[in-house]
Amino acid sequence: MKVITRVVKAFGMFWWNFLVGDTPELFVSVVALLALTALFRAGHARVLMVALPLVILAVLAASVFRAIRRR
Amino acid sequence: MILGSITTSSSVLVLAVFLATAVEMVEALTIVVAVGHTRGWRSAFEGVGLALLALTALVGGFGPALLRIPINNLRLIVGSVLLIFGLQWLRKAILRSSGFKAKHDEDAIFAETVAALSQAGKPQRDSLAFVTAFKGVFLEGLEVVITVLTLGSSAHQLALASWVAVATTLLVTIVGVLVARQLSSVPENAMKMTVGVLLVSYGTFWCGEGLGIRWLGADAALVVLAGTYFVGTWMLILIAKNRPIGGAQ
Repeated sequence: MKVITRVVKAFGMFWWNFLVGDTPELFVSVVALLALTALFRAGHARVLMVALPLVILAVLAASVFRAIRRR
Repeated sequence: MILGSITTSSSVLVLAVFLATAVEMVEALTIVVAVGHTRGWRSAFEGVGLALLALTALVGGFGPALLRIPINNLRLIVGSVLLIFGLQWLRKAILRSSGFKAKHDEDAIFAETVAALSQAGKPQRDSLAFVTAFKGVFLEGLEVVITVLTLGSSAHQLALASWVAVATTLLVTIVGVLVARQLSSVPENAMKMTVGVLLVSYGTFWCGEGLGIRWLGADAALVVLAGTYFVGTWMLILIAKNRPIGGAQ
């Protein structure tokens, strides 16, 4: 039982470090962005095709400059 | 048209898996060479062998299971993971290129590993060398496995992605053996940036597909996305380079 708990904990920690780690802003932004896209996709596919990559670049820029400010 | 789409999609997939595998395997090889030089090659090779077996089992176990998930759900999940993972790579690459983060230094990793291993005694069966080599290959290889599983399963080209990863690992090993300790001359940051751009492009594309967006030009949209992200990344590096350290302006 202890082994299973340890394996599950290690598995959870791996994914936490892998997806969140020291950049929680990227994780939260991507999840929020996809939720918004799911909400507004109907009838806006063309706009989303252009907006999605631009918003993702903006998220990347915000994360980069957050890191720079913290140095 | 169909042939063109398959070629575009497959080419981007092959390039992404090749570069991601090459970058991670260079890092793993640096550790293995340091272990081998310091503690002897037998235990180092045993560690490498077990790590490769474990990684192969992961691909063999999870790969077919992933292929059973409905394609739109799979693409949304995989796309999200690739987006986050790719953005993390790109962020690091931008910070390194603009001087806000130290570049990955294989010589320093080699020296650190050698120093740590040299301090310990050297028994007949060297568990320290075994564990260090195993961890180095397994942890670096895990990122390759995730890239292969996510890219390969979503594109329904798991076999192609796996073979590219295996071939790249062999290539890096052969080149690594030939150049031994000149691994630091590999343009790692540029490769990481390219992988980051490709992962984010795939992530955007598959998240869109998973949410029901049909991209203009089908798979060819991947090339447009990659171009957009390359330009965006390049602009961010230029802007970051002109900012003073501490970010005060």
